[in-house]
Amino acid sequence: MWTICRKELADHFSSTRFLILFCLILMVALVSTYMAASGLREALEGLSKPSQVFLMIYTTPGKFISLVQFIAFFGPLLGIVMGFDAINRERQHRTLAKLVSQPIFRDAVINGKFLAGVITVSVAMVSLLLLVTGLGFLTVGVVPGPEEIARLVIYLVISVAYVSFWLGLAILFSILFRSLATSALAAVALWVFFSFFIGFASDLVANALAPVNNPRDPDELVANERVANAASLVSPAVLYSQATSTILDPYRRTHRGLIVTGLMERISLERFQSPLPLDQSLAVVWPYLTSLAALTLICFGVGYVVFMRQEIRSV
Amino acid sequence: MAAIIQTEGLTRRYGAQTAVDGLTLEIQEGEIFGFLGPNGAGKTTTILMLLGLTEPTAGRARVLGVDPTHDPLLIKRQVGYLPENVGFYDDMTGRENLRFMAELNRIPEDRARAKIEEALTIVGLNGEGDKLVGAYSRGMRQRLGIAELLIKDPKLLILDEPTLGLDPDGVNKMLDLISSLNRERGITVMLSSHQLEQVQRICHRVGIMIKGRLVALGTIEELAKRKLGDAAGPNLQEIYMRYFKES
Repeated sequence: MWTICRKELADHFSSTRFLILFCLILMVALVSTYMAASGLREALEGLSKPSQVFLMIYTTPGKFISLVQFIAFFGPLLGIVMGFDAINRERQHRTLAKLVSQPIFRDAVINGKFLAGVITVSVAMVSLLLLVTGLGFLTVGVVPGPEEIARLVIYLVISVAYVSFWLGLAILFSILFRSLATSALAAVALWVFFSFFIGFASDLVANALAPVNNPRDPDELVANERVANAASLVSPAVLYSQATSTILDPYRRTHRGLIVTGLMERISLERFQSPLPLDQSLAVVWPYLTSLAALTLICFGVGYVVFMRQEIRSV
Repeated sequence: MAAIIQTEGLTRRYGAQTAVDGLTLEIQEGEIFGFLGPNGAGKTTTILMLLGLTEPTAGRARVLGVDPTHDPLLIKRQVGYLPENVGFYDDMTGRENLRFMAELNRIPEDRARAKIEEALTIVGLNGEGDKLVGAYSRGMRQRLGIAELLIKDPKLLILDEPTLGLDPDGVNKMLDLISSLNRERGITVMLSSHQLEQVQRICHRVGIMIKGRLVALGTIEELAKRKLGDAAGPNLQEIYMRYFKES
């Protein structure tokens, strides 16, 4: 397994498409951090005792989008790019039959590939985050405290789990579909759906299950919103973005719900707000993290079983 | 001489279709066995069952005294299998491909280095070892495939259509290579093919498989006597066509 993992790692890091995508993400990440950081510096000048400033580098949406949002959108692409041709490329190049006729267990092939992908993702994410943090030091001039560092590490773990989910999904498709293009398109289609259209889809489900007949009836509105929320949690993208925004933004208790607050109300709310301690944030995030891990394992597990039962000869 | 491959009533069904039907076969140590039959006759399925890559529906097989469904790794460590149209990692050189195979076989590094050079010399590719496999000709790829098998010092080679699509010169080189491996290193070879005159040139014994059944087994002389009468010469082409028409 380690032999395969090592070879796949070498392949990933030398493959053009991985390098291109990584450079792209890195570039956008640095630009958006820089914009967020310079905006932040101006905003901070008026404040006397800001807390947890460092994390804002990641969550402030400068002129564009925040780093966290950006990674939520494009992280999956990284996983897909590494996984969509994992097995069917070996099939097409007729190396799979040869590989499984070596004295290795068949699952070593798929385990090695998945592991190599996860390692690559981790390396990419860690280096990305370190670079951004360094840029944050330079532009904002704040040093993160231990709690902020802990939050960043948790963010990293969630992100790796999230990208691994897409990696697992892409590997599953590479087992199911013989053609490279089909598996890539299928994975991208799911990505687009879960990231961009899940909002519409969950609204649709909510309107079907809990229709709002009277827009003034708060019970109906709440029920509708609940269903919509629950439905959107099907999407790993929603799970991920809710988890990460909670962990990186200590002022957030729960995902923002339906209650529309007026200006005065909001100000009075903010007055009583204090940051959530780390363990409390973690408690909020925990279910999201476990469901994300479970989804990843399910994806990989299904791929594993299909691969183990597949006939090798149908090359 | 001991039997290196032994099967008894080996059967594989896919749904209602029977790919291999009650195959009973013995291949002795040191021989070159030609496994003949039209496309789709079940040759590759048989090979996959011998390597433990497919489970038989019924019957049993022993390769080097081991049951492939129970301990496929032990078999794969000693048996070199060259699939039909074998593929390589085209973005790696010949040597790198061999090194990867050596690692998968857990051959220690210094031994692997010596083995890789030896294998490249045997197949006549030592000048080309550092070229990308993507630039290899078909004949060279096929010989590199043999080199990959040799680095694990196999007792048995199973070659699936090793000469398919080669030019006449490539075919000659491949056949010479196979018989010299058999002669000089005592490697048993099981060769599946439907290129009959090539099989006739190097094989000691042949088996003919048609629609999943083994219809003939023996030396070419024996089969000629049985099918064409005493007067006829040992012509595998004619023997094969007789069996084919009868089935």
